[in-house]
Amino acid sequence: MARTKRGPHEPLIHISRRADCSLLRAMLVRLAAIVLALVVCGVVIVALTGLNPLEVYAGIIDGAVGSSRRLWVTIRDALALLLVGVAVAPAFKMRFWNVGGEGQILVGASATAAVMIYMGDKVPAGVLFPCMILASMLAGLVWGAIPALFKAGWNTNETLFTLMMNYVATQLVSFLIVFWENPPGSNSVGLINASTNAGWLPKLGGWTYGWNLVIVVALAAFMYVYMRYSKQGYEIAYVGQSVNTARYAGISVKKVIVRTMCISGALCGLAGFLLVSGAGHTISTSLSGGRGFTAIVVAWLSKLNTFTMMVVSFLLTFMAKGAIQIASQFNLNENASEIITGIILFFVLGCEFFINYKVEFRRHRREG
Amino acid sequence: MGTIVIFIQKAIGQGMCILFGADGEILTEKSGNLNLGVPGMMYMGGIAGLAAAFLYERAVGAPSAFVGFLLSFLAAVLAGALGGLIYSVLTTSLRANQNVSGLALTTFGVGLGNFFGGSLSSLSGGVGQISVATTASAYRTKLPLLSDVPLLGPILFNYGILTYFAIALSIVMAWYLNRTRQGLCLRAVGESPATADAAGINVSLYKYLATCIGGAIAGLGGLYFVMEYSGGTWTNNGFGDRGWLAIALVIFARWRPMNAVWGSILFGALYILYLYIPGLGRSSQEIFKMLPYIVTIVVLILTSLRRKKEDQPPESLGLHYFREER
Repeated sequence: MARTKRGPHEPLIHISRRADCSLLRAMLVRLAAIVLALVVCGVVIVALTGLNPLEVYAGIIDGAVGSSRRLWVTIRDALALLLVGVAVAPAFKMRFWNVGGEGQILVGASATAAVMIYMGDKVPAGVLFPCMILASMLAGLVWGAIPALFKAGWNTNETLFTLMMNYVATQLVSFLIVFWENPPGSNSVGLINASTNAGWLPKLGGWTYGWNLVIVVALAAFMYVYMRYSKQGYEIAYVGQSVNTARYAGISVKKVIVRTMCISGALCGLAGFLLVSGAGHTISTSLSGGRGFTAIVVAWLSKLNTFTMMVVSFLLTFMAKGAIQIASQFNLNENASEIITGIILFFVLGCEFFINYKVEFRRHRREG
Repeated sequence: MGTIVIFIQKAIGQGMCILFGADGEILTEKSGNLNLGVPGMMYMGGIAGLAAAFLYERAVGAPSAFVGFLLSFLAAVLAGALGGLIYSVLTTSLRANQNVSGLALTTFGVGLGNFFGGSLSSLSGGVGQISVATTASAYRTKLPLLSDVPLLGPILFNYGILTYFAIALSIVMAWYLNRTRQGLCLRAVGESPATADAAGINVSLYKYLATCIGGAIAGLGGLYFVMEYSGGTWTNNGFGDRGWLAIALVIFARWRPMNAVWGSILFGALYILYLYIPGLGRSSQEIFKMLPYIVTIVVLILTSLRRKKEDQPPESLGLHYFREER
């Protein structure tokens, strides 16, 4: 009886890193993931509500871009999201998890509102707007720099620190709302400078949100150049790759961490300015609406590429706006959008695996 | 005297919800997974428990509190574990980024909770708010006899069963993590997965199980809030920031379940302290509500300043482990 000679146990699935994945292939995988996600969402919608998913999707499209006004609101909110995405991207490049965008937006918004309230009717618009922008950026900068200083000095965990700073900021805003409330007892600030419109971003040309568009696109372009072609951008990438190598190359890692977080925080603060001055003209604790968190997802899915970020932030805002429409149209709850967004995110996050890795099953070899 | 007793009761009532979340997250983080989906899993657990009780109470003419209790408990555990499973598949099997996956899970879970919380009754053809009074009564039943003991009774024995379950769970977890072989293996996976792998520990299995069970425990936090705290009703976004506070508590407790017990009561106390400080205006109350977060930040800074080895997060927390890429 001859024993069949067996090699070592071979695993069923073999996973290896894909050496190169063509752009076309990568795009096809992502597209497949989104289609698959929409199918799953459709199944979920039918199972839960019994509605025709195609009608629901049509409702989403109508709600997001169905009229000129809706389209502009979608663009306005996508721009705000994009700005936060652009703001957190440099920090991520450096492997600094700035999950404090939410708080940095809120303090930036508070600073803007403060300038509007206290200086609105005292100075001309030419002075007022620069003051508002500076104040918002400074506030965001401070909020972002605090965790960065501790990270640089004592390696304090930045994910958790920035996360906690969000809630300190939220409470600060609740405090300010009671402080500024108008009318008294309403627990809301109401429209700031409703009679004079001082500090409201004006129309640009015929475009209601023209200034938002100009500011965000200009900053996105600037940050693209900064990250890609400046010495500082190179240093950020270096620190993100390996702290030790960066140190060996003579880069002051601490300085880079603090400087980058100052930029990141300041831009988030500026997003707060846009949300107050260029959109709502008021301040509330829900002002930022989770953008600080969503922007992380935007930046990550886009691999920190500014142009991809534009697409992703528009897509996510599109879903959110569309869901508000289906909520009223089908008498549902508007939180449906978060479920759909969540499912799409799961699929898109998961599909990266199939772009980066090759999965091979064990081949059955017949032994003679 | 009476005020102090009520203060302690309320602090514990606030704290237990956070304790469940923190216990779940401690277990998860011990396996090296930083799951920022805790708020999402709490919502999922809460709404699943509520929906199970709601559907049961509607289907049966005279619902029994005990069956409602079992069903809602089971549903909350399963829903929380499902959240953990989604996270595990994404991060452990598909190698997606942990922070982003966790945030996506939070988006999904919070949306799921608010969606069903707001539309469950209208979807099933009813009107008005959901209320599952019968099942909630099972959760709110206090210990007989013992709760009548003067002084000690109101402070120690005046809570529903989930409160005692949370504390028992923390004790079991502390024992499991520090006194059992499996607990040692789990900690090894979180500290140095490559070493654990070399020692023959199934790293993926440990990560999966710890994250799913951690998710189930976090789901119970949601159930606690819905049933014992709110008495079987749902308010959209009613959990507030408790899910994030749970993550804060993990740091505060320095990854030890027993620290989390008293930490959760302290957090609960800080959370409601503003109600008991005389002479606070409405605006200064809001400043007081910052306290739990500021305390967490201080603890975070202090632990990083002291650099005591046993107070640090698991070494490979938030990092991937893939055997092929060592």
